Amino acid sequence: MSASTSGGKDPFIANLNKIYAGYTGGFLGFVVLLGILEQLGVPDRIIGYFFVFLTIGVYAYIGIISRTAQVAEYYVAGRRVPAVYNGMATGSDWMSAASFIGMAGSLYALGYGGLAFILGWTGGYMLVAILLAPYLRKFGQYTVPDFLGARFGGNFARSIGVIVLVTASFVYVVAQIVGVGIITQRFLDVSFGVAVFAGLGGILVCSMLGGMRAVTWTQVAQYIILIIAYLIPAILMSVKVTGVPVPQLMYGFALERIEGLEAAFRAAGQSPPPGVTGFHSAPFVGPNGQFSMSAAVNFFALVFCLMVGTAALPHILMRYFTTPSVREARNSVAWSLFFIFLLYFTAPAYAAFGKLEIYQNFINQPIASLPEWVKNWQIMSPYGVPWINIVDANNDGILQWSEFRIHPDVVVLATPEIAGMPYVIAGMVAAGGLAAALSTADGLLLALANALSHDVYYKMINPNAPTKQRLIIARVLLIGVALFAAWTAGNAGADILFLVAWAFSIAAAGLFAALVMGVWYKRTTNTAACLGMLVGYVATFGYLMWSEFGGLSFLQVFGTKEAILRAAQAAAALPQASAELKASAAAIVANAATLQDGAMAWFGKALTGLGMSTDHVVLRGRIVARLWGINNISGGIFGVPLAFLTIYVVSQFTKAPSQAMQDFVESIRIPKGGVRLADARAAVKE
Amino acid sequence: MPLAEETQGAAAAPPAVVDQATAKAYWKRTSSLMWTVLLIWFLSGFVIHIFAPSLNAIHILGFPLGFYFAAQGSLIVFVVGLYWFARRQNQIDEEFRVQEDA
Repeated sequence: MSASTSGGKDPFIANLNKIYAGYTGGFLGFVVLLGILEQLGVPDRIIGYFFVFLTIGVYAYIGIISRTAQVAEYYVAGRRVPAVYNGMATGSDWMSAASFIGMAGSLYALGYGGLAFILGWTGGYMLVAILLAPYLRKFGQYTVPDFLGARFGGNFARSIGVIVLVTASFVYVVAQIVGVGIITQRFLDVSFGVAVFAGLGGILVCSMLGGMRAVTWTQVAQYIILIIAYLIPAILMSVKVTGVPVPQLMYGFALERIEGLEAAFRAAGQSPPPGVTGFHSAPFVGPNGQFSMSAAVNFFALVFCLMVGTAALPHILMRYFTTPSVREARNSVAWSLFFIFLLYFTAPAYAAFGKLEIYQNFINQPIASLPEWVKNWQIMSPYGVPWINIVDANNDGILQWSEFRIHPDVVVLATPEIAGMPYVIAGMVAAGGLAAALSTADGLLLALANALSHDVYYKMINPNAPTKQRLIIARVLLIGVALFAAWTAGNAGADILFLVAWAFSIAAAGLFAALVMGVWYKRTTNTAACLGMLVGYVATFGYLMWSEFGGLSFLQVFGTKEAILRAAQAAAALPQASAELKASAAAIVANAATLQDGAMAWFGKALTGLGMSTDHVVLRGRIVARLWGINNISGGIFGVPLAFLTIYVVSQFTKAPSQAMQDFVESIRIPKGGVRLADARAAVKE
Repeated sequence: MPLAEETQGAAAAPPAVVDQATAKAYWKRTSSLMWTVLLIWFLSGFVIHIFAPSLNAIHILGFPLGFYFAAQGSLIVFVVGLYWFARRQNQIDEEFRVQEDA
């Protein structure tokens, strides 16, 4: 693979299977070799270094040999990526630090409630396949805003698309860099700030020279490492607990034993640690194990937002621009989901085996006899508490259920050690987590930088820019965005991780309706689409910001007087609350007798009869308001229907799209033939 | 590969490749496949999980059934459903002769 290959027979494409099979074998051999070295007494730290540096070295190598000077190669990998490989690339593009490191941890903590992530992050691909991917592929330019611009009359629609894309992708990429920091910090023994910038080097070297082409082939390599690194420890745990190496089939028995242990702990008068459910496999329950309407509503709302968000995230949609044909694009979505499925249907097994190990071997044991690995993880996390926090609350020297506090983000990374596996497995898992975080960060950075270089610079500012200049601008912007993201990650640390979930709601509310209606409803007008995107984006983003950072003032508008009073009491007692918030909360409490319902309280209590009342929760040291009891992580549940409604209604009252535009829509619906652009200026030149 | 970037100027826009009637019939079939898959998505993504508390009473291989559907069952439906969709849609393309030229 060299910079000069273009079109026709590419020896690299022709030999893909051979190359990646060799690569997989090489990686497995490398793991075995390190395992032998470990047995020979090489220290753990050196093993960790080997894993981190060698894998990053391989990605860098692929990144460098895939360098390119052609625009189509840089933006869409020359549209020569076969369906299966695009599926793998999409899989690792998709599975981020949150999936690899975080998901089994969430399942560990939330039990059934955590399955919302499993469902939401897979089901969305059905929407991608049937509603969007084939049509965007037929349209066939470079970015998602390209489609919005061509379909909805130019730069105004394009700019709204860019704004939504940048908002959603930026918070997402910052979280990936935090993920890279967490892993490098632990396995290279450096400070979090240094770790973040070390990770950044790994990210940039993959994407800078070769754009989409380099990112595609690195992502395939990263997928192979991350899936091996995830499956092997799960298989080993399954063998250890049940004797059968099929964790996905066998963890039912672990679930049964967890339920038994939970019941035994409860019978002994113990309670679970904060944030962990005491009823692992029970759906929709509150802390007392009883059915909770709020838990059920939030479960489904989250599933919905994650699914629709999946189908609207530009770094995923743009992967389907790289397949050779519409037909391949459709197949590719199926392959993507298959490769993602391999990890996602293992995650609940991972969580169950890990939980069983901890419950069985450590709870109700003397704290003094805890094994060595616990100390390795008692280092400080960026959240301000140690990753594994042993709190002997009653000073009896025995580890009770509520006294073993493990942060969800390290469940996957620490499980190999918890289960007593050799250190080489822990190192491999770290390499897998790194691959997941790096691959997603690459895809996101590319989506961000491409939106700025292609959509803003080339399409809006300087349409006559020569190829060479476009590619230079693209690379400069890529580095700029990456540095800014790393700087944000280093400063804000883990405090912003919760924003990742927002990215889904923001993308869902801002882009999904306009993209779907643009293809499926010919009468969608430019005004309607632009308004729809704005309404969805502003309503969702506004709701998220207001409910998160101004929970009390939100309730003063939408809450009943009882809800306002409760929130004010909580705010006054909150240690992290600012002086102004405390003062205004205290004033409300002091004047409780004259307190009135908020101006929109009738709206906030519209669904009270269904068990959904507007209230607050104390989260992340803030009073967070919940309209109708829905957590703001699922804020898109309001914005998505609003965007569809706006687009439909406004389309009825505005002038129907021109015949040329209808012909354009017709031409992207049919795989055969060319695309008939309504405005020739929307075409991109190579 | 007929890509948009080859189009320069409105006059060069390629003519429609199929007649109005075929296009309409094709889109009708495509739409009905879309709605079918959307229904499968809705049933396995949402509806089935409403019954999770009652399904959990049934245990198979240790799995409470409600938990199993959310952890694996629905996912299997999604994956198989997508391969089926891709095959079905390709058949429809060929039936109306609107598939891409090889």
